[in-house]
Amino acid sequence: MINYVSSIIIPIMIVMIVLYGILEKQKVFDLFIQGATEGIGIVAKLFPTLLGIFLAIGLLRSSGVLEFLLNFLNPIISFLNIPKEIMPLALLRPISGSASLGIATDIMKEYGPDSLTGMIVSTIMGATETTIYTIAVYTSIVGIKKIRFVLIAALIADFVGIILAVFLCRLMSNGFC
Amino acid sequence: MLNIIWPVFIIISIVYSVLIGNIEAINNSIFEVGESTINLVLNLLGTLCLWNGLMKIAEKTSLIKKIAKIVNPLMKALFPEIKRGTETYQAISMNIVSNILGLGNAATPLGLKAMKLMQQENKEKKKLSNSMALFIILNTASIQIIPTTVIAIRTSLGSVEPTRILIPIWGATIGAALAGIISAKILMKRF
Repeated sequence: MINYVSSIIIPIMIVMIVLYGILEKQKVFDLFIQGATEGIGIVAKLFPTLLGIFLAIGLLRSSGVLEFLLNFLNPIISFLNIPKEIMPLALLRPISGSASLGIATDIMKEYGPDSLTGMIVSTIMGATETTIYTIAVYTSIVGIKKIRFVLIAALIADFVGIILAVFLCRLMSNGFC
Repeated sequence: MLNIIWPVFIIISIVYSVLIGNIEAINNSIFEVGESTINLVLNLLGTLCLWNGLMKIAEKTSLIKKIAKIVNPLMKALFPEIKRGTETYQAISMNIVSNILGLGNAATPLGLKAMKLMQQENKEKKKLSNSMALFIILNTASIQIIPTTVIAIRTSLGSVEPTRILIPIWGATIGAALAGIISAKILMKRF
């Protein structure tokens, strides 16, 4: 049932968008081409960033530094019951969008996108945002520096999101849904 | 930020591997990175352009405006001081809907407009008002039905079921948003 829901949602959305476009007399194909062309720019911009991130993360991993550092986090990791290989992502997610995208991809490549680790990493990427960047953009537009409790509440949200991602993916891989 | 983290990662890794005599592995990962990145980016190109094209159609229709009505009850609970029908109200609800639909290009300008409008009604200009704070927290929680980038990456890495993560994503993102809203509502009274 759940698999059905998650596989039908994308086709439904596509039909809705295209149908709506026609009903409002938009030139749907031209719009599609325009958007897809913009997509090339997005990916072209992403390439150098990913290259840089992959270089740094690849070095961290192959040198053994990553493993070494993760051992220090062991007490927290075992307390929260999260796989230690997702820690680099959990720590960098709120800070940098491109770095966390690179790290998430690197982890999925290493463990496989359909493994438990791969699922958790995908869920974290889909369920959270680059919190600190978002706060910076939204406060600087109105020139406000006193952000009160916003950072704390947003980081609590991220933390809950990560714990839930681990929990829900565990449930799924145990065959609960 | 990356201007500090990036060189630190590289220098530490290389120094460490020289110290423990692991230079071979380091060399391998340096020579391999170009090829593996280009493979990934080429795969991403297809999926990302496809979604960007479809989302462009959605952006140009009044779909967002129509769906924005669904979030009325949510608006009332979260932003009691913002009156229905005002420009601020519309900017906020359309920003939320654009985020949910994954229309990032539409969401950010709407969000920034909403912030400016809320600042006009803000009594203490140097401090975020309750509505502004809550609005930012909602945006950092990023509730999204279809996280296209994640699906694109999963597909490009050869996932058998790229969309299988949708349900855990919905669960985690809604849970995270609720946690953010509840902690904001509690902290609001103290700070």
